[in-house]
Amino acid sequence: MKRFLWPLAIFILLVGFLAVGLKLDPREVPSPLVGKPAPEFALPVLHQPDKRFAPGDMRGKVWLLNVWASWCVSCREEHPVLLDLAKRDVMPILGLNYKDKGEDAQRWLKQFGDPYQLSVVDADGRIGIDYGVYGVPETYLIDGEGVIRYKQIGPLTQAILDQKVLPLAKALKK
Amino acid sequence: MRFLLLAVFVSVSLCGFNARAADNSNPQTEQRIRQLSEKLRCLVCQNQTLADSNAELAQDLRQQLREQVAAGRSDDQILDYLVQRYGDFVLYEPPFKPITVLLWVGPFVLLAAAALVLVAVLRRRRRAPEEPPLGPDEKRLVERVLGPGTPAQERDRGAP
Repeated sequence: MKRFLWPLAIFILLVGFLAVGLKLDPREVPSPLVGKPAPEFALPVLHQPDKRFAPGDMRGKVWLLNVWASWCVSCREEHPVLLDLAKRDVMPILGLNYKDKGEDAQRWLKQFGDPYQLSVVDADGRIGIDYGVYGVPETYLIDGEGVIRYKQIGPLTQAILDQKVLPLAKALKK
Repeated sequence: MRFLLLAVFVSVSLCGFNARAADNSNPQTEQRIRQLSEKLRCLVCQNQTLADSNAELAQDLRQQLREQVAAGRSDDQILDYLVQRYGDFVLYEPPFKPITVLLWVGPFVLLAAAALVLVAVLRRRRRAPEEPPLGPDEKRLVERVLGPGTPAQERDRGAP
């Protein structure tokens, strides 16, 4: 009986590793940007192309930067969550319109609603690279000092918002 | 399940999408870009290198490589630039750090452990007692089964 104990122990260990591995999402790459200052940019505003916005304009506020595009299917999935958050006026949401056409983006917002205080246009995706964007939608929680505190890869859900983003934002506002 | 399938289809089609030939400038520069992009992972199609992938992001990143090579930055500087944005995951060869110790050292530890087990097993096997010689009763039994005339001792030695 005893001679089976070792193989059994190794087997259970292996199953444990595999079970944990199953639950990990390989698409969720830990971002090195969390805890670092949000990369600077000065991009034109979607609805007022002659105006520019820079992250420095939001100093002193806790805010969300949401990367979106009209061609992005998952963005539609998360859009109601953002609209609801905007309606509750918890914190400003800004959009980074990533590799999109201006008209398409505006039409999309008209059709589905606009939760953003404003959206900036990153037509060639250059700023997206600075933010380590690789799968739209992505969302960054940025604090009053301009430091990225949380990054969500893929659509935000109400559960993630309630469990992670909102408590963190509340703590940061203090 | 259907959702998962859809996600797989979408990501696979994104990977093959939008093939665009690289504009050939300087062969030496192209060679360097090629070498760099073979060390880097495309984050959209995670098991492809930046060189193999035709995802839009991979094209953008290759464009970045091209610009930075043209600007005269060193390979290390360029790799750092990408690691700062996308993390160590973007490198196909993970750096040696506290968090990756198990990854780098683990296989050798396993190999050493296996060697130790092998040595222990072999030693124990050598120490196992040899078969005792046949007693008179057993010898008589062997002669009865195999027939007389064969010298019993030779058979004993040859027996497995």
